[in-house]
Formats: sequence, C-alpha cells, structure tokens
Amino acid sequence: MTDNQHQTPIIEAVDLRKSFGAHEVLKGLDLKLNRGEVVALIGPSGSGKSTFIRCLNHMETPTGGQIRFHQKLVGNSFRDKGDVIGFGTLRRQVGMVFQHFNLFPHKTVLQNVIEGPVTVLRQSKKEAEELAMDLLGQVGLAMKRDAYPNHLSGGQKQRVAIARALAMQPEVLLLDEVTSALDPELVGEVLAVIRGLADKGMTMAIVTHEMAFAADVSSRVLFLDQGVIAACGSPQAIIRNPENERLKGFVSRFHGQG
Amino acid sequence: MTYNWDFHGVWQNSDLFLWGLWISVVYTFGSIFFGIIIGFITCAARLSGWRVLDIAARCYQELFRCTPLLVQLLWFYYAFPLLVGGSIDNRVAAMLTLSLYVGAFYAEIFRSGIVSIDNGQREAAAAIGMSPMQSMTRIILPQALKRMLPSFINQSVIQFKNTSLVSVISVADLAYMAAVVNGQTYRPLESYTIMALLYIAMLLPLTQAADWIEKRLRVSD
Repeated sequence: MTDNQHQTPIIEAVDLRKSFGAHEVLKGLDLKLNRGEVVALIGPSGSGKSTFIRCLNHMETPTGGQIRFHQKLVGNSFRDKGDVIGFGTLRRQVGMVFQHFNLFPHKTVLQNVIEGPVTVLRQSKKEAEELAMDLLGQVGLAMKRDAYPNHLSGGQKQRVAIARALAMQPEVLLLDEVTSALDPELVGEVLAVIRGLADKGMTMAIVTHEMAFAADVSSRVLFLDQGVIAACGSPQAIIRNPENERLKGFVSRFHGQG
Repeated sequence: MTYNWDFHGVWQNSDLFLWGLWISVVYTFGSIFFGIIIGFITCAARLSGWRVLDIAARCYQELFRCTPLLVQLLWFYYAFPLLVGGSIDNRVAAMLTLSLYVGAFYAEIFRSGIVSIDNGQREAAAAIGMSPMQSMTRIILPQALKRMLPSFINQSVIQFKNTSLVSVISVADLAYMAAVVNGQTYRPLESYTIMALLYIAMLLPLTQAADWIEKRLRVSD
C-alpha cells in the first residue's frame, strides 16, 4: 500500500468549493482517491460531507475548483468536449448509492439492476441479466428478482441499490449515508455487503455515521468540519486516538455504539 | 298538470341528433388531440428552465384558465378576425378555442404529474449515467403518466360537455341540433331531454371507466 502515493488517483478533487446562494458549504477541499482505497468521510451534520461526495460525480455542480477523473478535468456538460470529459461519462464509471435508495418503483428488482447497463451502456438484455443475477446473488437477493421495490424491506432495497450501482461496473463507488434511513436491525446486512466490496478491492468513498464501521472498513478517514477537511489520516489516528479537540468531541459521542 | 310526451316528431329527426352527436364527438377528439400537443409544448416550456418560455407559457395558461370558454369562443369568432383583418370560419374558431382551452388545463396536469415525482428518481437515473432525455422517458414519465391519468380523463370528460358551447357560434353540434329539432317540432321537452340523455349515454361509460382505472392504479402502487 505504500506505493499508493506514487499511483495516479482515479478521482481527484482539487480546491473544491460549493456554495448554495451566499452560503459556502465547501471551502476548498482536496482529495485523491487511489485504486482500492476506501475513504470514510465523517463529521457533524452540516459539515458538507454529503455535498462533497455528491460533487465527486457532479450530482452537485461545484462552484469552484476541479474534479479530475484519471487526471482529466470534468466539465459542466453531459458530454465530453475535447480533453474535458462530461459528467455523463464520469457517472458511467463512478457509481452512487443514496440514503433513500431511490429504486425505480415501476420496475422489478432485476429491471432496476439492468436499467443502466441496457439503456446507458447498450449491453444486450441477456448479457445485462447475467451480470445482474450474479450481483443480486452477491447481495443475497437473487430470489427477489421479480419483486417490486415496494415489497422489499429497507435493507433489501439498499442492497438492490448497491447491485444497481455495481451493474455499471464502476471504478469507484460513492456511498452517501447508505444506512441512515434504515431501521437499526437492518443496518448490519447492508454494512456486510459493503465490507465484502472493500475486501474485493472496490474503490469507495463512504459518508457515514457508523464510526465502528468506518474505522473497520476504511483505509483513510477524513473528518470534515464547517466545509473544510479538519483532520485526515488512518482510522487508527482519526477515530481510535483523535488528537484534534473538535474531532475528539465528535468521535466520543459515538463511542460505545456499534 | 299532465304532459303528453310525444316523441314522434323528434324521432323523425333522429338523423339530426345523430349527426349532431357525431359533430360533438369530432370536436371533442379533435380538441383533445390538439390539446395534448399544445399541453405538451406548454408543459415543456414551463419545465425548460428558460424564464422567458416559462413566463410566456404561464401567461397563456392563465389567460385560458381564467376566462370562461364561452367568452373565448365569442372572442375568437367575433373579435379576433377584426384584430387580424379578415374573417374566421366558425368551425375553425370552435376547434381553435376548444384546443387552446383544454391545452391550458392539460399542460397543468402534465406539469404537476412530472414535478410530483420524487427528485431522488432523477438523481438515481443521473447517477447511472442517463441523459436528461433518457431519465425523462424511462424513469420519470412512466411514473408520472400513471399519476396524470385520472385527472386527464376527468378533464377530457369535461371537454366533451364543453363542446356544447360551440352551438352559440352556429357549429352544428348536438346542442345546436337539439335547438333545430325543437324549432321544427315545437317539442322542447322531448328535444332537450333526448339531447341530455345522449350526453349521459356518452359520458357515463367514460366516468365509470375512469373510476375503475383509478382503483386499479391504486392497487398496483
């Protein structure tokens, strides 16, 4: 892992800024995400961590700074323009899973998963279904292939949403508080799936309030506070032995949980 | 007081009723057809994100939603030709007015159906790399159409009844024909009762179908 420093990052944020009106949420953030890395973003609510991760796939348009994907600048249009790649291209390779799942309610589980590969990647239905069934098997929901999302539990919905994102075979997966909307007893099954992905070397950026999970699964932790990266380091340094006072206060509130 | 119902004269004029009914149906479906196109364009303008288009579409909608259809018919037939210099065929004026009128309402039905879909759906579509067009046609519209359907049918039922107003600018629809038959037979009770029954016969199956569809849609939600 030491040669990570010399590797070129898959996705990179450079002096990233985002304002909503006069309110500046992100005040110049930098991040390099290397292949196989799992970065956890923690911080109090309103610190900008969700906005930050949503800027990485242009779900929010940054108001300053740059997003780079394999060192190429990402522009503000859907399609590529010369050397500047479009956010359509970016999103094909950077998957995202949402807090509220956002499954397509008018499609079955299987249709949800193949929608991206068939519509966006132009894969044949057969090919897409084979991969989809494999992924549904991995998240333990192969038997639910023909169910509609409304008939699934929250944890099952979120696992389908993860399979849907993976069906695009992305290089990076962005997870935005994926367990925050779940009943406590359903959190474990989703975390187990994410842990499995980390073990397989999936590159991920994870916004989470599950401190124990973040400490366990991530290779690096960023502590965001008031729109800046207030602390950054190994899970050991950030979560288990925090030095920064605000970080100490933040992390201590979660001790004893999980 | 007893009244001797006598349908003989009216029955002899049944061809006029049927022709009138056919004209009413033609204006209903014609204006629904053009209204859908107008409503679609107006809805697209409102959701385009271009301020000028949005305001123009809104002005059109409010103009036609906030004046009575009868007033619009009279204006397009009697006033509009003076404005542009020339004359306008009463049938053209009738179809134009009916279409613009229902289009304004359809636009609102389409728009509210589309914006009622949770923004998370757009985001999920965007996150797998769909273009705005793909997201609209594959994710948003299939869900929105389902929500629009009951109000769309309702508005179309009202539209059929509204066509009766074109009789005031001498378009020979069912209401106009009923008046003609009354003029020939001096039998207002029979003439106008038949007219009313024909409207009911046309619309009752439609409203029942609408209720049935709505119930079915609710079940599959």
